[in-house]
Amino acid sequence: MVNVAQAWAEEYRTVNPAVEVEVSGGGSGVGIAALIRGTIDLANASRDIKQEEIAQARQNTGKETRGFVAGYDALAVYVNRVNPLDEISLDQLAEIFVEDGSITRWSQLGVRIPGGRDDTIVRVSRQSSSGTYEFFREKVLNKRDFELGSRDMNGSKEVVELIGNSPTAIGYSGMGYANSAVKMLRIASKPGEPGVAPTAETTLNKTYPIARSLNLYVLGYPQGAVKNYIDWILSDAGQQIVEASGYVPISAISRKK
Amino acid sequence: MSSAASGQHTALRRSRPQRPRWAVIVEKLLELVIRLSGISAILFVLAIFVFVFREALPVLTSDKFSVVQFFTSIEWYPTSVKNVRYGALALIVGTFSVTLLAMAFAVPLGLGGAIYLSEFCGPKRRETLKIVIEMLAAIPSVVWGFIGLTVMSRLIVQYTSAPVGVNMLNGAIILALMAVPIIVSIGEDALKAVPDSYREAGQALGATRWQLVYRVLLPAAKNGLLAAVLLGIGRAVGETMAVLMATGHAVTLPHGILDSIRTLTANIAAELGEAPVGSEHYRVLFLTGVLLFAITFLVNLSADLVIKGIKRK
Repeated sequence: MVNVAQAWAEEYRTVNPAVEVEVSGGGSGVGIAALIRGTIDLANASRDIKQEEIAQARQNTGKETRGFVAGYDALAVYVNRVNPLDEISLDQLAEIFVEDGSITRWSQLGVRIPGGRDDTIVRVSRQSSSGTYEFFREKVLNKRDFELGSRDMNGSKEVVELIGNSPTAIGYSGMGYANSAVKMLRIASKPGEPGVAPTAETTLNKTYPIARSLNLYVLGYPQGAVKNYIDWILSDAGQQIVEASGYVPISAISRKK
Repeated sequence: MSSAASGQHTALRRSRPQRPRWAVIVEKLLELVIRLSGISAILFVLAIFVFVFREALPVLTSDKFSVVQFFTSIEWYPTSVKNVRYGALALIVGTFSVTLLAMAFAVPLGLGGAIYLSEFCGPKRRETLKIVIEMLAAIPSVVWGFIGLTVMSRLIVQYTSAPVGVNMLNGAIILALMAVPIIVSIGEDALKAVPDSYREAGQALGATRWQLVYRVLLPAAKNGLLAAVLLGIGRAVGETMAVLMATGHAVTLPHGILDSIRTLTANIAAELGEAPVGSEHYRVLFLTGVLLFAITFLVNLSADLVIKGIKRK
Protein backbone atom coordinates (compact mmCIF):
# COMPACT_ATOMS: atom_id res chain seq x y z
CA MET A 1 0.00 0.00 0.00
CA VAL A 2 3.05 2.21 -0.32
CA ASN A 3 1.57 3.66 -3.51
CA VAL A 4 -1.48 5.05 -1.70
CA ALA A 5 0.67 6.18 1.24
CA GLN A 6 2.81 8.15 -1.18
CA ALA A 7 -0.27 9.55 -2.90
CA TRP A 8 -1.60 10.73 0.46
CA ALA A 9 1.68 12.36 1.41
CA GLU A 10 1.96 14.09 -1.94
CA GLU A 11 -1.58 15.44 -1.84
CA TYR A 12 -1.30 16.45 1.80
CA ARG A 13 1.58 18.76 0.87
CA THR A 14 -0.96 20.97 -0.91
CA VAL A 15 -3.47 20.70 1.96
CA ASN A 16 -1.07 21.59 4.71
CA PRO A 17 2.33 22.75 3.39
CA ALA A 18 3.67 23.26 6.90
CA VAL A 19 3.66 19.51 7.57
CA GLU A 20 6.21 17.37 5.81
CA VAL A 21 5.10 13.74 5.46
CA GLU A 22 7.97 11.43 4.67
CA VAL A 23 7.09 7.98 3.32
CA SER A 24 9.40 5.01 3.13
CA GLY A 25 8.52 1.55 1.88
CA GLY A 26 9.76 -1.97 2.47
CA GLY A 27 6.59 -3.86 3.39
CA SER A 28 4.12 -3.91 6.24
CA GLY A 29 6.56 -5.70 8.56
CA VAL A 30 9.14 -2.95 8.14
CA GLY A 31 6.64 -0.25 9.09
CA ILE A 32 5.41 -2.11 12.15
CA ALA A 33 8.98 -2.86 13.27
CA ALA A 34 9.82 0.83 13.05
CA LEU A 35 6.67 1.69 15.03
CA ILE A 36 7.76 -0.73 17.78
CA ARG A 37 11.17 0.98 17.91
CA GLY A 38 9.36 4.31 18.13
CA THR A 39 11.21 5.84 15.18
CA ILE A 40 8.11 6.75 13.16
CA ASP A 41 4.78 8.44 13.82
CA LEU A 42 2.58 6.33 11.62
CA ALA A 43 2.84 2.80 10.21
CA ASN A 44 0.84 1.83 7.12
CA ALA A 45 0.23 -1.91 6.96
CA SER A 46 -1.84 -4.02 4.60
CA ARG A 47 -1.99 -6.77 7.23
CA ASP A 48 -3.29 -6.70 10.79
CA ILE A 49 -0.82 -6.08 13.60
CA LYS A 50 -0.10 -9.20 15.69
CA GLN A 51 -0.73 -9.47 19.43
CA GLU A 52 2.97 -9.96 20.20
CA GLU A 53 3.80 -6.84 18.19
CA ILE A 54 1.35 -4.81 20.28
CA ALA A 55 2.97 -6.26 23.41
CA GLN A 56 6.47 -5.41 22.15
CA ALA A 57 5.41 -1.84 21.40
CA ARG A 58 3.93 -1.51 24.89
CA GLN A 59 7.13 -2.86 26.43
CA ASN A 60 9.36 -0.62 24.35
CA THR A 61 7.50 2.68 24.46
CA GLY A 62 4.95 2.26 27.25
CA LYS A 63 2.22 3.19 24.80
CA GLU A 64 -0.78 1.34 23.50
CA THR A 65 -0.96 0.79 19.72
CA ARG A 66 -4.05 2.12 18.02
CA GLY A 67 -5.22 1.14 14.56
CA PHE A 68 -7.36 2.87 11.96
CA VAL A 69 -8.70 1.27 8.81
CA ALA A 70 -8.09 3.62 5.92
CA GLY A 71 -9.45 1.51 3.08
CA TYR A 72 -9.70 -1.99 1.67
CA ASP A 73 -8.09 -4.01 -1.05
CA ALA A 74 -10.13 -6.74 -2.74
CA LEU A 75 -8.42 -9.15 -5.07
CA ALA A 76 -10.66 -10.27 -7.91
CA VAL A 77 -10.19 -13.51 -9.86
CA TYR A 78 -10.77 -12.88 -13.55
CA VAL A 79 -11.63 -15.15 -16.49
CA ASN A 80 -12.50 -14.32 -20.07
CA ARG A 81 -16.09 -13.29 -20.75
CA VAL A 82 -16.74 -16.43 -22.84
CA ASN A 83 -15.74 -18.73 -19.98
CA PRO A 84 -18.90 -20.37 -18.57
CA LEU A 85 -17.35 -20.64 -15.09
CA ASP A 86 -18.92 -18.29 -12.56
CA GLU A 87 -17.63 -19.52 -9.27
CA ILE A 88 -14.52 -21.11 -7.82
CA SER A 89 -13.46 -22.22 -4.36
CA LEU A 90 -10.26 -21.10 -2.69
CA ASP A 91 -8.96 -24.69 -2.75
CA GLN A 92 -9.52 -24.99 -6.48
CA LEU A 93 -7.85 -21.66 -7.03
CA ALA A 94 -4.84 -22.80 -5.02
CA GLU A 95 -4.60 -26.08 -6.95
CA ILE A 96 -4.53 -24.12 -10.22
CA PHE A 97 -1.74 -21.78 -9.18
CA VAL A 98 0.40 -23.69 -6.66
CA GLU A 99 3.62 -25.52 -7.54
CA ASP A 100 2.72 -29.09 -8.62
CA GLY A 101 -0.99 -28.27 -8.24
CA SER A 102 -3.54 -30.85 -9.34
CA ILE A 103 -5.72 -28.69 -11.60
CA THR A 104 -4.27 -27.89 -15.03
CA ARG A 105 -7.28 -28.33 -17.33
CA TRP A 106 -10.64 -26.58 -17.48
CA SER A 107 -12.42 -29.94 -17.76
CA GLN A 108 -11.29 -30.70 -14.21
CA LEU A 109 -13.52 -27.81 -13.14
CA GLY A 110 -16.35 -29.13 -15.32
CA VAL A 111 -15.97 -26.34 -17.84
CA ARG A 112 -15.71 -26.41 -21.60
CA ILE A 113 -14.52 -23.16 -23.13
CA PRO A 114 -16.72 -22.28 -26.14
CA GLY A 115 -14.76 -22.56 -29.34
CA GLY A 116 -13.03 -25.52 -27.67
CA ARG A 117 -9.57 -24.57 -28.77
CA ASP A 118 -7.58 -25.86 -25.86
CA ASP A 119 -8.42 -27.32 -22.49
CA THR A 120 -5.23 -26.23 -20.72
CA ILE A 121 -5.63 -23.50 -18.15
CA VAL A 122 -3.52 -20.45 -18.96
CA ARG A 123 -2.42 -18.97 -15.65
CA VAL A 124 -1.88 -15.23 -15.51
CA SER A 125 0.06 -13.96 -12.54
CA ARG A 126 2.11 -10.97 -11.45
CA GLN A 127 5.83 -10.42 -11.20
CA SER A 128 7.35 -11.52 -7.93
CA SER A 129 8.02 -7.89 -6.98
CA SER A 130 4.31 -7.18 -6.81
CA GLY A 131 2.50 -6.86 -3.48
CA THR A 132 -0.54 -8.42 -5.08
CA TYR A 133 1.57 -11.47 -5.92
CA GLU A 134 2.68 -11.74 -2.33
CA PHE A 135 -0.83 -11.31 -0.97
CA PHE A 136 -2.18 -14.00 -3.28
CA ARG A 137 0.66 -16.33 -2.29
CA GLU A 138 -0.01 -15.80 1.38
CA LYS A 139 -3.80 -15.88 1.34
CA VAL A 140 -4.58 -18.38 -1.41
CA LEU A 141 -1.45 -20.53 -1.71
CA ASN A 142 -0.79 -20.50 2.01
CA LYS A 143 2.82 -19.32 1.46
CA ARG A 144 3.59 -22.16 -0.93
CA ASP A 145 5.22 -21.31 -4.25
CA PHE A 146 3.53 -20.58 -7.56
CA GLU A 147 3.80 -23.15 -10.33
CA LEU A 148 6.30 -21.86 -12.88
CA GLY A 149 5.13 -21.06 -16.38
CA SER A 150 2.42 -18.58 -15.53
CA ARG A 151 2.38 -15.40 -17.61
CA ASP A 152 3.77 -12.91 -15.13
CA MET A 153 2.48 -9.50 -16.04
CA ASN A 154 3.97 -6.11 -15.37
CA GLY A 155 0.91 -4.51 -13.85
CA SER A 156 -2.64 -5.10 -12.71
CA LYS A 157 -4.04 -3.66 -15.91
CA GLU A 158 -1.99 -5.96 -18.14
CA VAL A 159 -3.32 -9.00 -16.27
CA VAL A 160 -6.90 -8.06 -17.07
CA GLU A 161 -6.03 -7.10 -20.64
CA LEU A 162 -4.34 -10.45 -21.34
CA ILE A 163 -7.27 -12.39 -19.88
CA GLY A 164 -9.61 -10.35 -22.03
CA ASN A 165 -7.67 -11.48 -25.10
CA SER A 166 -7.32 -15.14 -24.07
CA PRO A 167 -10.42 -17.36 -23.71
CA THR A 168 -8.64 -20.00 -21.60
CA ALA A 169 -6.91 -17.67 -19.15
CA ILE A 170 -7.46 -17.11 -15.45
CA GLY A 171 -5.73 -14.57 -13.24
CA TYR A 172 -5.98 -12.23 -10.28
CA SER A 173 -5.94 -8.45 -10.11
CA GLY A 174 -7.56 -5.56 -8.31
CA MET A 175 -11.34 -5.35 -8.78
CA GLY A 176 -11.06 -1.83 -10.12
CA TYR A 177 -9.47 -3.06 -13.34
CA ALA A 178 -12.48 -4.97 -14.70
CA ASN A 179 -13.54 -4.32 -18.29
CA SER A 180 -16.15 -5.70 -20.67
CA ALA A 181 -13.92 -8.50 -22.01
CA VAL A 182 -13.53 -10.24 -18.65
CA LYS A 183 -15.64 -11.27 -15.71
CA MET A 184 -14.92 -11.64 -12.03
CA LEU A 185 -15.56 -15.01 -10.41
CA ARG A 186 -17.47 -15.51 -7.20
CA ILE A 187 -15.17 -16.99 -4.59
CA ALA A 188 -16.24 -19.69 -2.12
CA SER A 189 -14.20 -19.97 1.06
CA LYS A 190 -14.90 -23.70 1.23
CA PRO A 191 -16.06 -26.12 -1.48
CA GLY A 192 -19.85 -26.35 -1.46
CA GLU A 193 -20.36 -22.97 0.14
CA PRO A 194 -21.95 -20.27 -2.00
CA GLY A 195 -19.49 -18.01 -3.75
CA VAL A 196 -19.18 -14.32 -3.00
CA ALA A 197 -18.67 -11.72 -5.68
CA PRO A 198 -16.06 -9.01 -5.07
CA THR A 199 -17.83 -5.72 -4.54
CA ALA A 200 -17.20 -2.75 -2.32
CA GLU A 201 -19.97 -4.12 -0.07
CA THR A 202 -18.68 -7.69 0.31
CA THR A 203 -15.22 -6.29 0.87
CA LEU A 204 -16.51 -4.04 3.63
CA ASN A 205 -18.55 -6.74 5.42
CA LYS A 206 -15.65 -9.19 5.04
CA THR A 207 -17.67 -11.92 3.31
CA TYR A 208 -15.36 -11.77 0.31
CA PRO A 209 -12.49 -14.10 1.27
CA ILE A 210 -9.50 -12.50 -0.45
CA ALA A 211 -9.75 -8.95 0.78
CA ARG A 212 -7.59 -7.14 3.26
CA SER A 213 -7.81 -3.88 5.08
CA LEU A 214 -5.34 -1.06 4.70
CA ASN A 215 -4.38 -0.10 8.23
CA LEU A 216 -2.78 2.89 9.90
CA TYR A 217 -1.09 2.23 13.25
CA VAL A 218 0.00 4.83 15.78
CA LEU A 219 1.28 4.75 19.37
CA GLY A 220 -1.07 6.25 21.95
CA TYR A 221 -3.80 8.70 21.01
CA PRO A 222 -2.84 10.55 17.85
CA GLN A 223 -2.25 14.24 18.54
CA GLY A 224 -1.43 17.41 16.69
CA ALA A 225 -0.18 17.02 13.15
CA VAL A 226 -0.52 13.21 13.19
CA LYS A 227 -4.16 13.47 14.24
CA ASN A 228 -4.87 16.03 11.53
CA TYR A 229 -3.21 13.80 8.95
CA ILE A 230 -5.24 10.73 9.95
CA ASP A 231 -8.46 12.76 10.02
CA TRP A 232 -7.67 14.01 6.55
CA ILE A 233 -6.97 10.46 5.28
CA LEU A 234 -10.33 9.29 6.63
CA SER A 235 -12.11 12.31 5.14
CA ASP A 236 -13.60 12.37 1.65
CA ALA A 237 -10.44 13.96 0.23
CA GLY A 238 -8.22 11.18 1.56
CA GLN A 239 -10.68 8.48 0.58
CA GLN A 240 -10.83 9.76 -2.98
CA ILE A 241 -7.12 9.02 -3.18
CA VAL A 242 -7.77 5.50 -1.88
CA GLU A 243 -10.25 4.97 -4.67
CA ALA A 244 -7.98 6.53 -7.28
CA SER A 245 -5.18 4.18 -6.23
CA GLY A 246 -7.39 1.18 -7.05
CA TYR A 247 -8.55 0.28 -3.54
CA VAL A 248 -11.94 0.28 -1.82
CA PRO A 249 -12.60 3.33 0.32
CA ILE A 250 -14.16 2.86 3.74
CA SER A 251 -17.94 3.24 3.78
CA ALA A 252 -19.50 6.63 4.35
CA ILE A 253 -21.14 5.34 7.54
CA SER A 254 -17.93 4.27 9.21
CA ARG A 255 -16.28 7.47 8.00
CA LYS A 256 -18.67 9.53 10.12
CA LYS A 257 -17.95 7.56 13.28
CA MET B 1 66.98 45.77 -54.61
CA SER B 2 67.73 42.92 -52.35
CA SER B 3 67.47 45.07 -49.26
CA ALA B 4 64.05 46.27 -50.42
CA ALA B 5 63.01 42.69 -50.92
CA SER B 6 64.17 41.69 -47.45
CA GLY B 7 62.41 44.78 -46.04
CA GLN B 8 59.22 43.62 -47.68
CA HIS B 9 59.78 40.21 -46.21
CA THR B 10 60.06 41.44 -42.63
CA ALA B 11 57.01 43.65 -43.13
CA LEU B 12 55.07 40.60 -44.21
CA ARG B 13 56.15 38.66 -41.16
CA ARG B 14 55.17 41.52 -38.87
CA SER B 15 51.71 41.87 -40.46
CA ARG B 16 50.83 38.22 -39.80
CA PRO B 17 48.67 38.51 -36.63
CA GLN B 18 50.17 36.98 -33.51
CA ARG B 19 47.80 34.43 -32.02
CA PRO B 20 46.67 35.70 -28.65
CA ARG B 21 47.62 33.65 -25.66
CA TRP B 22 43.99 32.83 -24.76
CA ALA B 23 43.37 31.32 -28.16
CA VAL B 24 46.30 28.98 -27.67
CA ILE B 25 45.01 27.99 -24.23
CA VAL B 26 41.46 27.45 -25.46
CA GLU B 27 42.76 25.31 -28.27
CA LYS B 28 44.79 23.20 -25.87
CA LEU B 29 41.77 22.89 -23.56
CA LEU B 30 39.49 21.84 -26.40
CA GLU B 31 42.03 19.25 -27.44
CA LEU B 32 42.02 17.91 -23.89
CA VAL B 33 38.21 17.78 -23.76
CA ILE B 34 38.05 15.93 -27.04
CA ARG B 35 40.71 13.51 -25.88
CA LEU B 36 38.80 12.97 -22.62
CA SER B 37 35.53 12.28 -24.38
CA GLY B 38 37.32 9.74 -26.52
CA ILE B 39 38.80 7.99 -23.53
CA SER B 40 35.62 8.33 -21.46
CA ALA B 41 33.90 5.65 -23.53
CA ILE B 42 36.55 3.20 -22.38
CA LEU B 43 36.30 4.49 -18.81
CA PHE B 44 32.53 4.08 -18.73
CA VAL B 45 32.66 0.55 -20.10
CA LEU B 46 35.32 -0.37 -17.56
CA ALA B 47 33.39 1.24 -14.71
CA ILE B 48 30.19 -0.58 -15.64
CA PHE B 49 32.12 -3.81 -16.01
CA VAL B 50 33.69 -3.42 -12.56
CA PHE B 51 30.40 -2.38 -10.95
CA VAL B 52 28.35 -5.24 -12.37
CA PHE B 53 31.00 -7.77 -11.40
CA ARG B 54 31.46 -6.34 -7.94
CA GLU B 55 27.71 -6.51 -7.26
CA ALA B 56 27.47 -10.07 -8.55
CA LEU B 57 30.61 -11.68 -7.17
CA PRO B 58 29.71 -12.19 -3.47
CA VAL B 59 26.85 -14.50 -4.39
CA LEU B 60 29.22 -17.00 -5.97
CA THR B 61 30.61 -17.85 -2.54
CA SER B 62 27.20 -17.89 -0.81
CA ASP B 63 26.21 -21.38 0.30
CA LYS B 64 22.56 -20.84 -0.71
CA PHE B 65 23.57 -20.30 -4.31
CA SER B 66 24.93 -22.95 -6.62
CA VAL B 67 26.41 -22.24 -10.04
CA VAL B 68 25.34 -25.68 -11.24
CA GLN B 69 21.74 -24.94 -10.27
CA PHE B 70 21.97 -21.52 -11.91
CA PHE B 71 22.87 -23.02 -15.28
CA THR B 72 20.91 -26.29 -15.19
CA SER B 73 17.66 -25.70 -13.31
CA ILE B 74 14.58 -23.90 -14.61
CA GLU B 75 13.27 -23.29 -11.08
CA TRP B 76 13.40 -19.53 -10.66
CA TYR B 77 11.95 -18.76 -7.21
CA PRO B 78 13.89 -15.73 -5.99
CA THR B 79 11.31 -14.58 -3.45
CA SER B 80 9.93 -17.90 -2.23
CA VAL B 81 8.94 -17.98 1.44
CA LYS B 82 9.90 -21.60 1.94
CA ASN B 83 12.48 -22.59 -0.62
CA VAL B 84 14.45 -19.99 -2.57
CA ARG B 85 15.86 -21.32 -5.84
CA TYR B 86 17.86 -19.52 -8.50
CA GLY B 87 17.70 -21.60 -11.68
CA ALA B 88 18.24 -19.45 -14.75
CA LEU B 89 18.17 -22.12 -17.45
CA ALA B 90 14.68 -21.16 -18.66
CA LEU B 91 15.74 -17.52 -18.90
CA ILE B 92 18.89 -18.37 -20.88
CA VAL B 93 16.98 -20.69 -23.22
CA GLY B 94 14.28 -18.01 -23.56
CA THR B 95 16.81 -15.35 -24.57
CA PHE B 96 18.48 -17.59 -27.15
CA SER B 97 15.31 -19.04 -28.62
CA VAL B 98 13.56 -15.71 -29.15
CA THR B 99 16.75 -14.23 -30.64
CA LEU B 100 17.17 -17.16 -33.05
CA LEU B 101 13.57 -16.97 -34.17
CA ALA B 102 13.83 -13.21 -34.58
CA MET B 103 16.90 -13.66 -36.75
CA ALA B 104 15.09 -16.24 -38.86
CA PHE B 105 12.66 -13.44 -39.74
CA ALA B 106 15.06 -10.51 -39.78
CA VAL B 107 18.01 -11.91 -41.76
CA PRO B 108 16.17 -12.71 -45.02
CA LEU B 109 14.11 -9.54 -44.73
CA GLY B 110 17.07 -7.35 -43.82
CA LEU B 111 19.47 -8.74 -46.41
CA GLY B 112 16.74 -8.69 -49.04
CA GLY B 113 16.09 -5.05 -48.23
CA ALA B 114 19.79 -4.23 -48.40
CA ILE B 115 20.18 -5.93 -51.79
CA TYR B 116 17.11 -4.17 -53.17
CA LEU B 117 18.27 -0.78 -51.93
CA SER B 118 21.77 -1.06 -53.27
CA GLU B 119 21.21 -2.95 -56.56
CA PHE B 120 17.65 -2.83 -57.81
CA CYS B 121 16.23 0.46 -56.72
CA GLY B 122 16.29 3.85 -58.39
CA PRO B 123 18.09 6.68 -56.56
CA LYS B 124 14.91 8.59 -55.75
CA ARG B 125 13.09 5.65 -54.27
CA ARG B 126 16.26 4.65 -52.44
CA GLU B 127 16.40 7.97 -50.62
CA THR B 128 12.75 7.71 -49.57
CA LEU B 129 13.15 4.13 -48.41
CA LYS B 130 16.29 4.93 -46.45
CA ILE B 131 14.54 7.74 -44.60
CA VAL B 132 11.59 5.49 -43.75
CA ILE B 133 13.88 2.68 -42.61
CA GLU B 134 15.80 5.07 -40.40
CA MET B 135 12.51 6.18 -38.88
CA LEU B 136 11.75 2.54 -38.17
CA ALA B 137 15.01 2.35 -36.23
CA ALA B 138 14.06 5.40 -34.19
CA ILE B 139 10.80 4.00 -32.78
CA PRO B 140 11.27 3.55 -29.01
CA SER B 141 11.27 -0.05 -27.84
CA VAL B 142 8.40 0.52 -25.43
CA VAL B 143 6.23 1.45 -28.41
CA TRP B 144 7.21 -1.80 -30.10
CA GLY B 145 6.32 -3.62 -26.90
CA PHE B 146 2.95 -1.94 -26.84
CA ILE B 147 2.29 -2.98 -30.43
CA GLY B 148 3.23 -6.54 -29.47
CA LEU B 149 0.95 -6.50 -26.46
CA THR B 150 -2.09 -5.13 -28.23
CA VAL B 151 -1.99 -5.52 -32.02
CA MET B 152 0.26 -8.55 -32.57
CA SER B 153 -1.20 -10.43 -29.64
CA ARG B 154 -4.71 -10.23 -31.05
CA LEU B 155 -3.55 -11.24 -34.53
CA ILE B 156 -1.66 -14.25 -33.19
CA VAL B 157 -4.67 -15.49 -31.22
CA GLN B 158 -6.83 -15.02 -34.28
CA TYR B 159 -4.64 -16.78 -36.83
CA THR B 160 -2.82 -19.47 -34.84
CA SER B 161 -3.82 -22.08 -32.29
CA ALA B 162 -2.01 -20.20 -29.50
CA PRO B 163 -4.02 -19.85 -26.29
CA VAL B 164 -2.29 -16.55 -25.51
CA GLY B 165 -1.05 -13.90 -27.91
CA VAL B 166 2.00 -12.87 -25.94
CA ASN B 167 4.59 -15.53 -26.71
CA MET B 168 7.87 -16.30 -28.41
CA LEU B 169 6.44 -15.71 -31.89
CA ASN B 170 5.16 -12.29 -30.88
CA GLY B 171 8.46 -11.30 -29.25
CA ALA B 172 10.45 -12.59 -32.22
CA ILE B 173 8.40 -10.64 -34.76
CA ILE B 174 8.81 -7.47 -32.71
CA LEU B 175 12.55 -8.04 -32.29
CA ALA B 176 12.87 -8.81 -36.00
CA LEU B 177 11.19 -5.51 -36.87
CA MET B 178 13.65 -3.76 -34.57
CA ALA B 179 16.71 -5.53 -36.02
CA VAL B 180 15.79 -5.17 -39.70
CA PRO B 181 16.72 -1.44 -40.01
CA ILE B 182 20.17 -2.16 -38.60
CA ILE B 183 20.72 -5.07 -40.96
CA VAL B 184 19.43 -3.09 -43.93
CA SER B 185 21.56 0.00 -43.42
CA ILE B 186 24.81 -1.79 -42.57
CA GLY B 187 24.18 -4.42 -45.23
CA GLU B 188 23.57 -1.74 -47.84
CA ASP B 189 26.84 -0.04 -46.90
CA ALA B 190 28.64 -3.35 -47.31
CA LEU B 191 27.17 -3.90 -50.76
CA LYS B 192 27.96 -0.33 -51.79
CA ALA B 193 31.55 -0.93 -50.76
CA VAL B 194 31.93 -3.58 -53.44
CA PRO B 195 33.80 -1.82 -56.31
CA ASP B 196 31.74 -1.05 -59.40
CA SER B 197 34.39 -2.77 -61.50
CA TYR B 198 33.02 -6.08 -60.16
CA ARG B 199 29.55 -5.19 -61.39
CA GLU B 200 30.86 -4.03 -64.76
CA ALA B 201 32.93 -7.17 -65.18
CA GLY B 202 29.92 -9.31 -64.37
CA GLN B 203 27.70 -7.47 -66.81
CA ALA B 204 30.39 -7.67 -69.51
CA LEU B 205 30.38 -11.43 -69.09
CA GLY B 206 26.63 -11.46 -69.74
CA ALA B 207 25.46 -12.16 -66.18
CA THR B 208 21.85 -11.32 -65.35
CA ARG B 209 21.18 -8.98 -62.41
CA TRP B 210 20.27 -11.90 -60.21
CA GLN B 211 23.39 -13.85 -61.18
CA LEU B 212 25.43 -10.75 -60.46
CA VAL B 213 23.97 -10.46 -56.96
CA TYR B 214 24.12 -14.13 -56.18
CA ARG B 215 27.50 -15.02 -57.66
CA VAL B 216 29.49 -11.81 -57.38
CA LEU B 217 28.14 -9.28 -54.87
CA LEU B 218 27.09 -11.57 -52.03
CA PRO B 219 30.43 -13.41 -51.89
CA ALA B 220 32.34 -10.11 -52.19
CA ALA B 221 30.35 -8.40 -49.41
CA LYS B 222 29.91 -11.43 -47.20
CA ASN B 223 31.94 -10.08 -44.30
CA GLY B 224 30.02 -6.82 -44.19
CA LEU B 225 26.73 -8.64 -44.41
CA LEU B 226 27.77 -10.98 -41.61
CA ALA B 227 28.66 -7.97 -39.48
CA ALA B 228 25.22 -6.50 -40.21
CA VAL B 229 23.56 -9.70 -39.06
CA LEU B 230 25.69 -9.90 -35.91
CA LEU B 231 24.87 -6.32 -34.94
CA GLY B 232 21.21 -7.15 -35.49
CA ILE B 233 21.61 -10.10 -33.13
CA GLY B 234 23.26 -7.84 -30.57
CA ARG B 235 20.25 -5.55 -30.75
CA ALA B 236 17.88 -8.48 -30.24
CA VAL B 237 19.76 -10.05 -27.32
CA GLY B 238 19.99 -6.77 -25.44
CA GLU B 239 16.43 -5.61 -25.99
CA THR B 240 14.41 -5.40 -22.79
CA MET B 241 11.19 -3.47 -22.79
CA ALA B 242 9.68 -4.88 -25.96
CA VAL B 243 10.34 -8.50 -24.99
CA LEU B 244 9.10 -7.88 -21.47
CA MET B 245 5.77 -6.82 -22.89
CA ALA B 246 5.49 -9.18 -25.87
CA THR B 247 6.84 -12.56 -24.76
CA GLY B 248 4.42 -13.30 -21.92
CA HIS B 249 7.15 -13.33 -19.28
CA ALA B 250 6.65 -16.97 -18.26
CA VAL B 251 9.44 -19.07 -16.77
CA THR B 252 9.25 -22.21 -18.93
CA LEU B 253 11.30 -24.11 -21.44
CA PRO B 254 9.45 -23.46 -24.70
CA HIS B 255 8.22 -26.50 -26.66
CA GLY B 256 7.16 -24.50 -29.67
CA ILE B 257 7.13 -20.97 -31.01
CA LEU B 258 3.67 -20.38 -29.55
CA ASP B 259 4.84 -20.87 -25.95
CA SER B 260 5.45 -17.91 -23.69
CA ILE B 261 9.00 -17.36 -22.49
CA ARG B 262 11.03 -15.05 -20.29
CA THR B 263 14.35 -13.49 -21.25
CA LEU B 264 17.31 -12.52 -19.07
CA THR B 265 16.88 -8.82 -19.82
CA ALA B 266 13.16 -8.74 -19.10
CA ASN B 267 13.71 -10.61 -15.86
CA ILE B 268 16.24 -8.04 -14.65
CA ALA B 269 13.95 -5.17 -15.61
CA ALA B 270 11.02 -6.75 -13.80
CA GLU B 271 12.74 -7.73 -10.58
CA LEU B 272 15.69 -5.46 -9.88
CA GLY B 273 13.53 -2.54 -8.77
CA GLU B 274 12.13 -4.42 -5.81
CA ALA B 275 15.08 -6.61 -4.83
CA PRO B 276 16.62 -5.10 -1.67
CA VAL B 277 20.08 -3.70 -2.44
CA GLY B 278 22.79 -6.15 -1.40
CA SER B 279 20.40 -9.08 -0.98
CA GLU B 280 21.07 -12.43 -2.56
CA HIS B 281 18.27 -11.92 -5.08
CA TYR B 282 19.86 -8.58 -6.08
CA ARG B 283 23.26 -10.21 -6.56
CA VAL B 284 21.87 -13.10 -8.59
CA LEU B 285 20.15 -10.56 -10.85
CA PHE B 286 23.51 -8.90 -11.34
CA LEU B 287 24.96 -12.29 -12.16
CA THR B 288 22.41 -12.66 -14.95
CA GLY B 289 23.61 -9.20 -15.98
CA VAL B 290 27.18 -10.50 -16.17
CA LEU B 291 25.95 -13.35 -18.32
CA LEU B 292 24.20 -10.93 -20.68
CA PHE B 293 27.31 -8.80 -20.76
CA ALA B 294 29.35 -11.81 -21.80
CA ILE B 295 26.86 -12.75 -24.54
CA THR B 296 26.60 -9.27 -26.07
CA PHE B 297 30.35 -8.76 -25.71
CA LEU B 298 31.01 -11.93 -27.68
CA VAL B 299 28.50 -10.98 -30.37
CA ASN B 300 29.89 -7.44 -30.74
CA LEU B 301 33.47 -8.66 -30.65
CA SER B 302 32.84 -11.11 -33.45
CA ALA B 303 31.08 -8.37 -35.43
CA ASP B 304 34.13 -6.13 -34.93
CA LEU B 305 36.54 -8.85 -35.96
CA VAL B 306 34.49 -9.54 -39.06
CA ILE B 307 34.48 -5.84 -39.99
CA LYS B 308 38.25 -5.69 -39.44
CA GLY B 309 38.47 -8.67 -41.77
CA ILE B 310 36.83 -6.59 -44.48
CA LYS B 311 39.16 -3.66 -44.03
CA ARG B 312 42.22 -5.85 -44.34
CA LYS B 313 41.00 -6.83 -47.79
